[in-house]
Amino acid sequence: MTTDKFVLVNGQEVPIEGEKNLLELIRKAGIEIPTLCYHPKLSVYGACRLCVVEIEGRGIQTSCSTEPEHGMKVKTHTPALRNIRKVAVELFLANHKVECPTCDQMGNCKLEEVARKLGVNEVRFKKIKDFRPADTGSVSIYRDPDKCVLCGQCVRFCKEIHGVGAIDFAFRGKNTYVTPAFGRSVGEGECVNCGQCAAVCPVGAIVVNKHIAPVQKALDDKTKTVVVHMAPAVRAGIGEEFGLPASHETTGKMVAALRRLGFDKVYDTVYAADLTIVEEGTEFVNRLTKGGVLPQFTSCCPGWIKFIEEYYPELLPNLSSCKSPQQMMGAIMREVLPEKLGVKNEDLFVVSIMPCTAKKFEIRRPEFEYAEGKRDTDEVITTQELARMIKAAGIDFVNLKPEEFDMPLGDKTGAGVIFGVTGGVTEAALRFAVEKVTGKVIDSKDLDYKAVRGSEGLLEATLDVDGTKLRIAIVHGLANAHKVCKELMNGEVKYDFIEVMTCPGGCINGGGQPIDFNQAAKIERRTKELYDADKEMPRRKSQDNPAVISTYETLLKEPCGEKSHHLLHTKYYKRTF
Amino acid sequence: MTGQTDAKLEQVCKIIEKHHSDGSKLIPILQEIQEVYRYLPEEVIDFTARKLKIPAAQVYGVATFYSHFALTPKGKYLVKVCNGTACHVKKSIPVLNAIVEKLKLSEGKMTTDDMLFTVETVSCLGACGLAPVMVINEDVHGMMTPTKAVAEIDKILAEEAAK
Repeated sequence: MTTDKFVLVNGQEVPIEGEKNLLELIRKAGIEIPTLCYHPKLSVYGACRLCVVEIEGRGIQTSCSTEPEHGMKVKTHTPALRNIRKVAVELFLANHKVECPTCDQMGNCKLEEVARKLGVNEVRFKKIKDFRPADTGSVSIYRDPDKCVLCGQCVRFCKEIHGVGAIDFAFRGKNTYVTPAFGRSVGEGECVNCGQCAAVCPVGAIVVNKHIAPVQKALDDKTKTVVVHMAPAVRAGIGEEFGLPASHETTGKMVAALRRLGFDKVYDTVYAADLTIVEEGTEFVNRLTKGGVLPQFTSCCPGWIKFIEEYYPELLPNLSSCKSPQQMMGAIMREVLPEKLGVKNEDLFVVSIMPCTAKKFEIRRPEFEYAEGKRDTDEVITTQELARMIKAAGIDFVNLKPEEFDMPLGDKTGAGVIFGVTGGVTEAALRFAVEKVTGKVIDSKDLDYKAVRGSEGLLEATLDVDGTKLRIAIVHGLANAHKVCKELMNGEVKYDFIEVMTCPGGCINGGGQPIDFNQAAKIERRTKELYDADKEMPRRKSQDNPAVISTYETLLKEPCGEKSHHLLHTKYYKRTF
Repeated sequence: MTGQTDAKLEQVCKIIEKHHSDGSKLIPILQEIQEVYRYLPEEVIDFTARKLKIPAAQVYGVATFYSHFALTPKGKYLVKVCNGTACHVKKSIPVLNAIVEKLKLSEGKMTTDDMLFTVETVSCLGACGLAPVMVINEDVHGMMTPTKAVAEIDKILAEEAAK
């Protein structure tokens, strides 16, 4: 975009190219302005006061809430501004529970970074905030209000991106804090466990609830056989913790690291993703050809599942009855591994590595027990937690020799790999369903369904399959799910297939992924990594996965058959909050 | 549920209906609900949030932001002692202390056990000419002294004892 409008930033002409605010424009010019409360996808809050700039004729203003105007003369780092920022950070620190070396956010703390960069070397103010106990009632996240700086990113994310609003500000002045109603635990209410509040929290007031200890205990227990599988999105993330790009090699290093940590078998959730596609695709084709309830919603995202149970129970018949890949994996493992590995189910400890905090909630659902009180999946650790375990064990990740997954539950196709990105489940399902409906093999050059790729929160596509028009919607961010569900119920829209992922961008941007405050950049990078991985795969259709084929031959007999129904499908119910 | 709470909840439903279940009318709705219960009970806040389709956390946020809203039951007589600038200068704090002492209250406990009195301070009642001012329910008492304030309390206690 060419423009003749500009702002003078520290004497330098910076063109106005549609920036919503001065802050974005200044950052575009390569000048760093610290912020704690600003998030480009959320409403402007203007609370942290760190982005102040001096505008000629207007005095000192917050740049995040000022629209750029032609000819504006802006200064960003005058002594007065630096002083304001320093004092603001001092005030933040005065009320912040400073316990940096033992803090979960260590290494990723924005407040620490800002304080260091601004040269804040003393705190002259006294703490005035009263002590508030931590919220330990959620299996997915841990909240410590004593660390909160009231930036409100979590509150706005939950409300604006998800339309959930599980937490909000309560009370006023020095007594203000972020909480669910009546100081209840976030685990009791409508929270869908997505963990995006932890992903945006700049200071460690909300962090991923860690389950490293029970996993380590199982690893140290000689009577346990500990098996692990990792979700597609984990491979587009783990490298970031060690300064490596995502690649086949990095994934191989992770497999090697898991063996060093003591896991007996290292499998791939992508196998179960492929299995999900065959089941969910068959279910879809059955609904389509036999007059079943349409549209069919995907059911692999546990945040979305809790959301539909809470807000749209009327639409539960539209939800695919397929378990998520994690739970399919758990069920298959409980069925085949005891015999294969010569171990009793009680001594088989199943761990999954997920980009997702809601998966921690999912494994604890009563639907997913192989016996009373015995979970199919024993524990979930997130990508973040895995990186910690690797570091704590003194493993030199960067120099590890890549290793291969254990077979057969480590076999995979590109279709399963792209599950981790928004639109990926749909694309994988299409690679299956189109063949099933037309009876023709899709040419390998036609496997990229570009129409279902994109970063829009609500993407619509119509696909012509041998004369049948498939109307597809792909949704991420639950506020978009609210929109689609309402429109469906009002009869305003018609679709055949709807994919819903809670987190913007899909699982690659899950709440348990390595922390990166630049949401747009991380989504773009990780999306590309998964699509690239798909391209490199020798097999790119779930139905071509040899392990899936053999599972049907030896165990399940047919997709959506009786055995599948028992092992791989489930039912969800209305939930009140 | 007892018949009385049922009747109250019905009133809440009517209030919400009157405002067309419009979430943007949250404050007037909460004000009217508070008139029914004299405070905002937890289950009523949850109920209202669900009816208005706004998160309970948000309703709680509004209810705790404004000092007008109470989340704990208030006594039959609400005693507001003004501590705005004019009243403060005219020695409103000794008035407050006298009442607190008389009713055996303390900083964290401003409602009597028999639920007869709740004592609050307010920032200004707009009656600075009468400073220091005390309001009991709807009645304004100006030019207060600790002795006069305690006398008013005694008067109410006597009336209540006679009932």
